[in-house]
Amino acid sequence: MERHIKMYTENLDFFYGNSQALHDISIDFDENRVTALIGPSGCGKSTYLRCLNRMNDLIPNIKVKGRAMLDKKDIYDPSLDVVTLRRRVGMVFQKPNPFPKSIFENIAYGLKVNGVKDKAEITRIVEKSLKQAAIWDEVKDRLNESALGLSGGQQQRLCIARALAVAPEVLLMDEPASALDPIATQKIEELIAELSSRLTIIIVTHNMQQAARVSDRTAFFYLGKLIELNDTDTLFTKPELKQTEDYITGRFG
Amino acid sequence: MIKKRLMFQKLSFSMIKAAAWINGAALAIMVYYIVSRGWRAISWEFLTQVPRDSMTAGGIFPCIVGTLALCSVTLFVALPVGVASAIYLNEYATRGKLVRLIRLGINNLAGVPSIVFGLFGLAFFCIVLKMGVSVASGGLTLGIMTLPVIIGATEEALKAVPDTFREASLAMGATKWQTIRKVVLPAAFPGILTGSILGISRAAGETAPIMYTGAVFFTPNLPSSLFDEVMALPYHIYVLATAGTQIEITRPLQYGTALVLIGLVFGMNLTAIILRAKMRKKLRI
Ligand SMILES: Nc1ncnc2c1ncn2[C@@H]1O[C@H](COP(=O)(O)OP(=O)(O)OP(=O)(O)O)[C@@H](O)[C@H]1O
Ligand SMILES: [Mg+2]
Repeated sequence: MERHIKMYTENLDFFYGNSQALHDISIDFDENRVTALIGPSGCGKSTYLRCLNRMNDLIPNIKVKGRAMLDKKDIYDPSLDVVTLRRRVGMVFQKPNPFPKSIFENIAYGLKVNGVKDKAEITRIVEKSLKQAAIWDEVKDRLNESALGLSGGQQQRLCIARALAVAPEVLLMDEPASALDPIATQKIEELIAELSSRLTIIIVTHNMQQAARVSDRTAFFYLGKLIELNDTDTLFTKPELKQTEDYITGRFG
Repeated sequence: MIKKRLMFQKLSFSMIKAAAWINGAALAIMVYYIVSRGWRAISWEFLTQVPRDSMTAGGIFPCIVGTLALCSVTLFVALPVGVASAIYLNEYATRGKLVRLIRLGINNLAGVPSIVFGLFGLAFFCIVLKMGVSVASGGLTLGIMTLPVIIGATEEALKAVPDTFREASLAMGATKWQTIRKVVLPAAFPGILTGSILGISRAAGETAPIMYTGAVFFTPNLPSSLFDEVMALPYHIYVLATAGTQIEITRPLQYGTALVLIGLVFGMNLTAIILRAKMRKKLRI
């Protein structure tokens, strides 16, 4: 089967001021597949993820070298519209961060800012997104209540629904289940499996089992470098490098 | 040893507590003083009539209207400018030489004595801009004086909005302006409103900035336009207490006017607190 690469980076270096956080990272992401990024704390997983939707642009004095491509277009090209990029490459954050608005408004927000005006259309997409994020049944009777009244796990699924509403092509998830209990985590994992049939997903996780369960490929980062990139099965059963093996078996540093 | 430490702790706590109580006591004594001397002056006539007999009798209705008019202009001027400045400083230009300069300016503005604002207002609004002694001149003068308060309150409120809201919005393809307009400002609104009302209520009690720019000794007329002069509560107190020939006779009127003024100010502050609590509850933050 021919591979279709949705997104890739080539020799990507990243600097916070003078300190280099990423060294020469080259990864390609298959369309409609899940790629997991693992590695010890501070190795640059979040930094890398936030390069992919240019969220790092918000931080002063950063520098990016190398290339990051979406559908063969350089996302750091000065002529590229960051706003459109972020619409196409959605993001779910570590801590659930719903707006202090109603459940409905949380989902409708992305549509409204992207120029959807038709009320019926908005209502339809809100429902569809909530269903896709497997939270519709829990909230359908309280759409006008504040989103902050939901439980942590529900809030995180709401945030996923919110990201889905603007129909992104790639979804970046930075430890989306780290603040959740096992049941809520399981729901998120099922959701990822479900969404991956039509969405390219890149997920950062500290949980090896989770990476093994949800992803097709896994990239192991250490100290800002990409150590190993492999099929998830291979990486977790017979890793090529000793360093990877030490990390996944917990014999690390 | 332990006993000694505990004793020290007790002593320190008592002192801190005493310091905190001084605030409450100062307020209580002041309010008691004014209420006990002023309440007899308060009547329907006092609140709704114009002064009579060289201001030794009658009411203070023009002063109430004048103060409210001045405050409205103040709010109308200072709120948009103050909020816009705070957004600029907090959301757009968070660093750089120009921003430091603007901040320096604002901090200095906050330290300028109110009488200097009054003189500035007289020179600039009344004379240069030819607006004369009027609600507009007085309100603008008070507005400039209130700006630092509103900017400060708005910046506090904007800082209290978690960055995660901004990130979530931007990550969905919202522009920076959409993010500010639809996420940041609504979340900051209760804080902005409260801070602004507190700033305006402070302005309501100021005498020095309006005595050359907006308020007059006496006028039986209510303002019919922004360019009319008015009477104002704080200036009226000042006039009755210092400038009349019948200072002793008008004592009760002075305290009555003071009572109305603090009633007005407390009313505004209470409104601010209630509004904030209501909106916080609605937003659940
Ligand atoms: N805003 C910032 N300014 C300067 N340095 C930063 C900033 N954010 C992260 N770093 C540094 O960059 C390196 C990579 O951080 P990053 O957050 O990407 O790690 P991570 O792999 O996501 O870690 P974790 O698993 O703890 O989330 C760290 O050394 C961190 O201290
Ligand atoms: Mg991280």
